[in-house]
This record gives sequence, C-alpha cells and structure tokens, in this order.
Amino acid sequence: MSRGERGQGALWSGLAPVRPDAPLLALDARLRILALGAFALVAVGLGHWPPLLATLLLASALALAAALPLRATLKALLVLDGFMLAALLLLPFTLPGTPLFTLFGLPASVEGLHRALLIALKANAVLLAALALVGSLETVALGHALHHLRLPDKLVQLFLFSVRYLDLIQREYARLRLAMRARAFVPRSNLHTWRSYGYLFGMLLVRALARAERIQAAMRCRGFDGHYHHFRHPPAGAHDLQFALLFGATLGALLAWELLV
Amino acid sequence: MTSPLLELRGVRFAYFHDRPVLDGVDLALHAGERIALCGANGSGKTSLLHLLVGLIHPEAGAVHAFGQPRQSEHDFRPVRARAGLLFQDPDDQLFCPTVAEDVAFGPLNLGLGHDEAAYRVEQTLNALGLHGYGERITWQLSGGEKRLVSLAAVLAMEPEVLLLDEPSNGLDEAAFARLVAILNGLDQAMLLVSHDARLIEALGMRRVWLRAGRIETQ
Repeated sequence: MSRGERGQGALWSGLAPVRPDAPLLALDARLRILALGAFALVAVGLGHWPPLLATLLLASALALAAALPLRATLKALLVLDGFMLAALLLLPFTLPGTPLFTLFGLPASVEGLHRALLIALKANAVLLAALALVGSLETVALGHALHHLRLPDKLVQLFLFSVRYLDLIQREYARLRLAMRARAFVPRSNLHTWRSYGYLFGMLLVRALARAERIQAAMRCRGFDGHYHHFRHPPAGAHDLQFALLFGATLGALLAWELLV
Repeated sequence: MTSPLLELRGVRFAYFHDRPVLDGVDLALHAGERIALCGANGSGKTSLLHLLVGLIHPEAGAVHAFGQPRQSEHDFRPVRARAGLLFQDPDDQLFCPTVAEDVAFGPLNLGLGHDEAAYRVEQTLNALGLHGYGERITWQLSGGEKRLVSLAAVLAMEPEVLLLDEPSNGLDEAAFARLVAILNGLDQAMLLVSHDARLIEALGMRRVWLRAGRIETQ
C-alpha cells in the first residue's frame, strides 16, 4: 500500500466518500460507532420480513448519506456474501422441516431456506450500515472515538500503533521482496523457495522487533512511564443530537413493527 | 570551571563481552558547548548517546549527569527530560497519529496540563516554522518534515542539552538549510553524532573522534 493509495487515511481507501461534504461524514465519530452498535442489535433481533426489509432500506439510506461509492460498496457486499455462501447453501439441508425439494436424496426444508435468506439479509444490512457509519471514518478518528467511548487504553493503543506502523512494515516487506527479486529470485515449489520465504518472514519479524525496541526507547526518552495521556477531545454538536434522536426513533419504530407483525 | 552537564568517566560498553564497542571513554559536555562526535560506522557513536540517557548501561565506568552519578532507570528519568535525544530515524520517534499529539507527548509526560501542553505545542511548531502542522498525520509527512517534527517533539520538553544522532541523514538542500538555521538559533549545549562534514562546519562545532573505543581530540 503506497502513501497515495492510502488516501486521506480512511479505514479502507476504496471507500473514500464520493462527496466529502456528505451529511453523515460531519457526525461525531463516537455517535457513529454507537449508532452502528444499536443498528446491528436491532437488525439481528428482527425475525419478520417487512421490518427486516426496512432495515436494509435504512442501511441504504445511510450509505447514500455517507456518499459511499457504488461499485466499491457492492464489491464489499459481494465478498461478504461469498464468505457466507457455503453456510447459506447448507442451511436448507441441515435444518429439519417441510421438504421443498431433494438433492442427491437429501431433503431441503422450507424453514432452512427461510432462515438462510433471513441471515443473508441481516448480514448485508449490518455490513452496509457498518461501511456507511464506520467505514468512512478516518483511522485516527476511529481510534480516538474508541478511547472516548472508554474502551481499554491498551486496545486503543494497540490499534493506533498498528495503524501507524503497518505501513512501515509493509514497506520493509516490499523492500526485502524487491531485493530478493533483484537477485533473480523466482518463487517455485522447492525447498530453496520455502527456506527463502522463511528467512524473509523471520527477518521481517526481527526488524519489527528491533523497531519496536527503538520506538520504546524513544518514548522513554520523552518521559513515558507506561501511562498514556490523550490529547484530543472532539466536541459533539447539535446536529449529532438531531441524528441520535432521529436514528433512535427509527430503530424504535422498527422494533415496534417487529412486535406488532 | 563549573561541573559538566553530562560526563562519561572511563566507560566500557559491549554488545558482545569480548568485543567492546567503547573501551575507556572519557567525555564531558559543559553548558554552552557544542561538540561533534565523529567516527567510523559501528564505532559506538549511537551507543554513546544512548549511554548518556540511560537507554543502555555501561559494563564499567560511570555516567554523571547534571552533577550526579546516574545508574538506575529511576536515576535517568529526570535526565531524559533535561537532555533531549533526537533519534537517527524519525519514524522511530514519531509514533502518534498526529503531529500535535506527538509534540504534546513529552510535555504531557512531564505533567503539564492539556492547555499548557497545547500552548507549548503551538509555540514549538511556530518556532520551527511548522505553523499549521498540528493536525497533519505523522506518517504522511515528507522525510524533511518528519525530521523537523521529531526535533520539535524533543524541543517541546525544553531540554538543557540536545543529543543529535545523524540529524542531516536523508535531507535535501532546503531541509538541510532549515535544520542548520534552527540548530544555530538554539542556545542549548549540543552533542552531535554525524558523518556530515558540511553540517559540522555549518554549526561551527568542536570535533572529537571515537576510535578503537576511545575518544581522541585529534
């Protein structure tokens, strides 16, 4: 990943919003994370088709409000569906119930198919909402938001350090690979190749460890004693409150619908 | 003569016991002094700087800082606040996501409040001509910018001594000129480790050499 591809530091550069002034992007990062959590809980709890379809609509509305690029978003959803395909295909055969058809002597149940479609719908709605609410966040902003949501400091630090140094380790890997290729290394399925890859990853580990030690030394030089002081304090605004109320009311309505159907 | 700010007395240091890197080093840095430490690759220049702030410890000999002998991690903590070490690779030093946070890291560790730290960040960045860099993402800076920001991060702690490890590595002409101007404008005592004759010249420093594990003035 080169510096340019990383773009503005968005969580996933392919999801850089089409319009930087999209309304959802102005919202407080903490609120976006909490909204996603609430959305996921509600979506997973629903069992009837009409409110579930409504959650998918709501997720699409969020995606529009975050100005997600259409192609990259669809691609991300397809990847998810690809992962789930096996599980979804097996469900009709593993869940007992009214037989719909038989394949190689195995009956597929209506209940299983129903369940598989429900799961697929929920997963897609939640992922779409996640891409819209959190996927468009800058990594650094996400880290800070997690800290302000009182997540354990160690986890937040681990996350921010990973963001900071992943790129560096990746570049180190690219340099080593290039040096191997410059000496006419072509991967084949032989012992030499496996040994060389072993050295490559071993060297990468050693270098990462040495780098970690140097970073720690540099931190100690600046008075670090194991306790981290966070510096940024993002304020929440009036439009955040409006969104929170509106979004909460919508989720509440969906839950009520579910109970009434 | 007043006592030196930092002093090594008969220091021996080895990564592998039978091959000492430093073998009887005597060196003293007084207030207002600017010393350039020259020497071949692997002659122990960086190790010497790390010994002075207690990142590594000598096998024999003594480290004195600000008038007291220093041995334990506990002894060295206050030393690191007063003797700022600029690392060879800015990527080792800049670990915070944004410039402002990185520069604030030292002052916050010294116990400054949020507002005081923010004020010091702004002052330091302005002094180095880095006005408006606060919200920049550290890993997206250029090599020259990274060097200046890591210097800002050290200066924000208002050290009395600067220990500089190859500060002109990988800088282009413009960045080099900027670095020289900044360093010449500071009044701290300095110990510089560098191969860069041009830098030593531009800073008008007294040279000493590290050869075969000892300091030579000629």
